[in-house]
Order: sequence, then C-alpha cells, then structure tokens
Amino acid sequence: MDILPILATLRRHKVILWLLMLEIALSCAIICNGVFLIVQRVQHMDMPSGVAEHELVQIQQAPIAPPPDRYARAQEDLATLRQIPGVLAVGMTNQVPFGGFSSNGNVMLSPTQPHRTLSAAEYFGENLVPAFGLHLISGRALVPDDYVDADVVIKALADGSSKGFPMPTLISQALATRLWPQQSPLGKLIWLAPTASFRVVGVVSTLARANAYNTATAQYSMIIPLHMGADKDQSYLLRTRPEDRQRVLAAAVAALKRADPARVITHARTYDELRSGYFRDDHAMTGMLASVILAVLLITGLGIVGLASFWVAQRRKQIGIRRALGATRADIVHYFQTENFLIVTFGILAGMLLAYGLSLLLMMHYELPRLPWVYLPIGAIALWLIGQVAVLGPALRAAAVPPVVATRSV
Amino acid sequence: MFAYYLDLAVRSLKRNPVLTALMVLAIGLGIGASMTMITVLHVMSGDPLPGRSAKLFVPMLDPRTPDHAQAARAGARDTPDAFTFVDAMNLLREHRADAQAAMSSGSAAVTPADAGQHPFFANGQYVTADFFQMFGAPFDAGTGWTNAQDDARARVVVLNAGLARKLFGDASAVGKLVRLDNTEFRVIGVLRDWHPQPAFYAQHGARVFGGADQFFMPLQTAMELQLSFRGHFSCWGDGAESRTSDQCTWLQFWVELDNPVQVFAYGRYLDNYWRDQQAHGRFPRKDAPPHLFGLMAWLAHEHIIPDSLSMQMWLAVGFLAVCMLSVVALLLAKFLRRSGEISVRRAMGARRRDVFVQFGIESALIGTLGGLLGLAIAQFGLWSIRQRPDGYAHLAQMDVPMLFGTMLLAIAASVLAGLLPAWRACLVPPALQLKTQ
Repeated sequence: MDILPILATLRRHKVILWLLMLEIALSCAIICNGVFLIVQRVQHMDMPSGVAEHELVQIQQAPIAPPPDRYARAQEDLATLRQIPGVLAVGMTNQVPFGGFSSNGNVMLSPTQPHRTLSAAEYFGENLVPAFGLHLISGRALVPDDYVDADVVIKALADGSSKGFPMPTLISQALATRLWPQQSPLGKLIWLAPTASFRVVGVVSTLARANAYNTATAQYSMIIPLHMGADKDQSYLLRTRPEDRQRVLAAAVAALKRADPARVITHARTYDELRSGYFRDDHAMTGMLASVILAVLLITGLGIVGLASFWVAQRRKQIGIRRALGATRADIVHYFQTENFLIVTFGILAGMLLAYGLSLLLMMHYELPRLPWVYLPIGAIALWLIGQVAVLGPALRAAAVPPVVATRSV
Repeated sequence: MFAYYLDLAVRSLKRNPVLTALMVLAIGLGIGASMTMITVLHVMSGDPLPGRSAKLFVPMLDPRTPDHAQAARAGARDTPDAFTFVDAMNLLREHRADAQAAMSSGSAAVTPADAGQHPFFANGQYVTADFFQMFGAPFDAGTGWTNAQDDARARVVVLNAGLARKLFGDASAVGKLVRLDNTEFRVIGVLRDWHPQPAFYAQHGARVFGGADQFFMPLQTAMELQLSFRGHFSCWGDGAESRTSDQCTWLQFWVELDNPVQVFAYGRYLDNYWRDQQAHGRFPRKDAPPHLFGLMAWLAHEHIIPDSLSMQMWLAVGFLAVCMLSVVALLLAKFLRRSGEISVRRAMGARRRDVFVQFGIESALIGTLGGLLGLAIAQFGLWSIRQRPDGYAHLAQMDVPMLFGTMLLAIAASVLAGLLPAWRACLVPPALQLKTQ
C-alpha cells in the first residue's frame, strides 16, 4: 500500500494528529517505565531467603516477669516444642530473614583495621541450620561444644578481653565470595570488634538478612553459636511438613502457654505470612502499576476508536468514491490500518525519547536504576497491538460503505 | 444565551451517547485516580502540630566515622537520624533552648490489676521532662514529671487516654499503680488521646502513622530498668554496643526555639559545641557541620512519606494527562465534524466569540460530568486505601478543601481540554464550508 496519500491526508488533520501522537508518546513512556518498575519489584519480591519457607513457623514470646534463669528457660521451651507431634526440628533465633527486626555487625578482616570492610547480619541462636533448613555446602556444622552464653561474650567485649575468641562461625556463600574471592573461606578469621575474632568453620549456601533493602548486600550473613536465653527479642522456630504448619503452630502456642501462663505471645505465624508481610508494599505497588498500565492502554485504545470512527464518518463520501473507482473492501480496511500504524509509530518514536526522559527523572528522585533499552520495545508492541485492535472496528465499518454513496450529494 | 447553548450542548452530547460516555469516563478515571493519590499525600504531609510546629527544631550532629557514614543506609542521606546518649545529655544539661527533650520509642508488657485480664504489650515513648510542655500534649488529669524526677529515675508514668481507659475504666487513673515489664509505676498524668499524625517526634519507621504511643516514662528510668527499646541502634568504632556509649546513635532530640534570634543563637551554640567536641577528638567528619532542621523540614528530610506513594501520585497524574489528551483529540474531531453547522451559524451572523462560547459550554458540561464521576471514583479509591493495612490508611479521607480541589481540577481540566477544540471551531470560516457542501 502506498503510504504517501495517507501522509498527505494526515497533513490535513495536523492538530488532532499531534494530540494523538502526544497521547501515544506519553502512554509509551508510562508503559515502558511501568513495566520496568514492575519487573524490578517482582525481582525484589523473589529474593531468596535461604530458609525452607513452606516448612517454617515462627513464635515470638515475651515473659512478663523475667525467668530466674533465661538460658535454662530457653532449653526447657525448646524441649517442650520438640515434643509436639509433627515437628521436624526446633531452633531459636534473634532474627529471621525478611522479619524486619535486624541485628548487624561491622565485619573487619584484621583487628587493627580502622574502618569496617562491610556490614553483615549476625544470626545468634540454637540449632539454626536444621531449623531454618539451610544448606551447608562446605565445612562442618556447629556442635553443642561451640556454644557460649551471650552474657559471657558481652562481658568479655565490655572488658576488652579476647578470652574465648576466636569463636567458630558459619557464613553465607555470598559473604565468603565477597571477603575471599577465589579462596576457600574455611579457617579464615574475621573480627567484629578489635578483640572479638571468629573463625569460619562452614559455609551455608544462602541466608538473607532480616532487612534486605539492598540486593547487593542482602545475602551477607553469619551465624554465631550463642545461647541467647528466653527473652522478648528471640523467636522460636519450628520446622514441619507444610500441611502440618497450622496445627503445629496452635499446639506450640498452647504448649508454651501451659509451660508459663504469664507470658505474652507477640508473634505466631508461618514463614509464608511473615514473608508476604515484608513484601506487602511491593505487592501493592505492582498491583497499582499494572492497573495504571492497563488503564492507560484502555484509554488510548478507546481514544483511537473514537477518532477513527469520526474519520470514517467524515470520509464516507471519499470512501464511496474510492469503492466506486474499484478499491476493494480490503483496500479500505488496509488504508485505515496503515494510517493507524503510521500514527502510532510516530507516537512511539517520540515516546521512546519521553520514556528515557522519564527514567532520568525517576533516577534523580527515587534512586532507581536507568531504564534498560529492552523495555522500549515492550511499550511499542503493546501500543501497536492496541492501535490495530482499536482501529479494526471503525475500519470494517468503513469497508461496509457501499460505492453508491459516491453518487449521492451530501 | 447560556440556557440556549446549554440546550445545544445537551442535544449534541445526546447525539453520540457512546462517545459522550467515553469522554466522561476518561475524565472521571483520570480525575478520580489523581485526586485519590493527591488526597493521600495531602493528608500525610499535613502539619502534625499546627500552631506549634514553627517553633520546634531538630538539631543534628554527625558523630560517625566517615566510613560508617558512607556505608549507612541506602546512600543519599548525609546526616544520621539520631543522637548519641552522651550528646543528648550534654545538650539537655546545658539547657540553651526554651525547652529540650530526648526520647526513644519502646514497648513494655502491661499487667492489668484485674487478674481476669491478660497481660499485653503496649507501645510507648521514653522521654525527658520537657517533652509534654514543649509539644503541648494536652493533659486530662495530672501533669508530667520534673527534671529532678528524670535524674532520680523516678518510677512514674503518663498514660494516654486509651491505655488509661483500658486499665482503669472511667475511674481516674492518676495516683494509681500500673505494672510495666514487672515494675510498678505511679500514674501521674493522663493525656487526652494525644496522637499527632505523623508521630513526628519518634524515629522514622513503620509506626510513624497509625497507632498512638500509649505511655510515656522517664528515659533514664527505662534505661536503668533495661526496658526494651525500638528503632535503629547504630554503632561504630569500638563502642561496645552500649546505650550510654558516645559511638552509638539511637535517641531523638527536639528543642523549642521561640524566635529567629534564638534559632540563630542555638545554631551558633551547636557549632561551638561541635568544635569543642572535635578538640576532644570526637566528630571525625570535618565535612559534616551541625544542622538545625525545622519540624516540617525534618519530616521531609526523613522521607516520612514513603517514596512509593509520591511515585503513585505522579503515575496517576501521568494517567490524567493521557486521559485529557484523549478527550481533547475526541472533542476536536467532534467539533470539526460540525464545521458545516458552524459555517451556517457564522454566515447567519454569529460572531466567533459566540461559537467559542457555545463549544466551550459543551466541553465544560462534559468536564462537570467527568468531575462528578471523578469525585465518586476518588471516594471509592480512598475507601479502598482505607482497607489497606498500612498505618496511614485511616487518614485517607477527603476534607472540604480537597473536595473543592477535585471539582476545581475537573472543571479546569475540562475547560482547558475544551479550549483548543472550541478555538479551532470558531476559526471555521463561514463561506468556505457552505461551498463544499
């Protein structure tokens, strides 16, 4: 089909054409950036935790009156929880991946280093590898002899004494690769304070932080064998089969209450609930973005339908003449389809520039990465499709105009 | 003439009901979406303490080491968001502002006197004496405590109305004892359900919007009893992770300064304090002098309003722009299709202005209908936001200014949208169109 006559016709509707192109350009910019934002959020929401997510429940409790011996109380509680039918492993932790409450340490590679190398999550607690369902990929697991009461370590730190150090620690693969690329981390030492050294005895494949806002550092974690004792910042972890979670959770809460009625359960939830709570905002935002993209496409499509209908009505006579001169119905349909394709293409070309500009603006104000070019064709394809779908109805109506119209006046 | 043009507009709109509905829907959706988000941002960025906020300031000192400052949270912010205990106590003791207070959020287990009631956790604030007077917290009964009681680590507590009612019903709570985390406290005051939104004084976090602090107790009492604190507790150097260390930030600090002279003087005082401490080897970041933020500036600096919300607002505004462009193009096509009609009117003596007014009224009518629909959609949008679990959800209500703002935006948008088409329509020359017919 010859596009020159189409361009010549379009020149007679300059203002409308400009408006339509502007609308398509704006839609294109919103769609490209919107899709990019959605993909980013979805990737963020997919961040691995490293734990056996569908098998885990967390119970956080707080004693109203501190127990006489919090270490003994923790062991009693763990023993009680272990008795519950269906429980595969129990553990205790100071934080949970994506739990929100985080504890982090400043990691150094020598005791005299003036500045820290990086910050890593410090997981303290009992039996963490089996309870979380972590994968030990090298080295050894932590054994009961490795464990020390938290108070002993706190006192040593306060006194500036290095007694009891180096302690054994497990670190995540990501942390090992970051600290010692190309080398085996086993046996290496790290410092969390000038007197507090830790020897790496094993590596777990993945363990995310409790507050993972930065993807690059989200997996820097270490596990330190400390008895934390029962207090309100600690959580009990129970691993069970997915279908047993609710029953185990209810039984565990009841058992803990029975053991000490004067305690408050502050959290009792499955890991899945915890995780979806952490990513709730991202979830809401993806929903919002997706609906805006759909609404933009809908409005643009309806706008095209409206305009195309007008043009068809306006050109009834010309269409009749063309038909009378031998144009087939298909020719008429193609005419409107090509016209729409041209308009949308112009709009998309402008829209790509606009999308890029919008991306720069977002980068400036929201600390977002630059829009990768692969997202540009997505907006283009979406708009070409919606344009063709929208114009089809009016174009078919145009094709139905009988040639005899040409012979009528007004 | 107006009535006549209105009649013409109604007839014209009725002639293409689908198209009219489409244009009304486009305006309605655009206005509804953007007004929902603008309203949410508007209510969230309101002044939490009208009348007082202009006198409240946050001094900010940066005691961190350069590497710690650099590695701190996600980049851009160049100040810490909290004080060390040492600096807070120094500034409190030197007492250079009209009022000053240090504070931190916390939570405690509350054991009701009535054995039938279960113990529960309540959120509260550990504060120093000036807190109530400085923020104008309204007392229903009793008072706050004194500086001397702060230093004596007195076991006293001020309850917010909600907790007082929960524990003591309608009876007066003042003078009663309440057990918090296994220690008895004497209630010395009850606040009249005080919960500024956002809870500007607390550390920025999930609880800034939503739930009120239920109790207030002396900061040093809470520290002595080792109650549980909430919020960022950030240490560097060899500060052995202790609340009293000068290498751990965790406290919020506020001052009241009544006039610009005092603001200036306090700024000078902070500078001197900073230099003086540097002489003693503290504050290693020479490039980060002290700052004094006003209340509203502090809220903006702390990004109290989540970035995702302002992004959603701009998205909605972008969507409105797409809708408006669509409507302009449709109106233009519609008006120009009536070129014949316009020519006849012009040939019969109508001035350009008459044609312009006639078509202007038609577009304004569409705008008004769209605005009404937008208002309904915005109400629905706000309702759905109120169903969200976020703390700010309950604030999502349209107030009177926003109501008028919505209608104004709708009419302005549609008149603006109608302007170009009406203008193009009135340019139609009288004779030419008649000839082509």
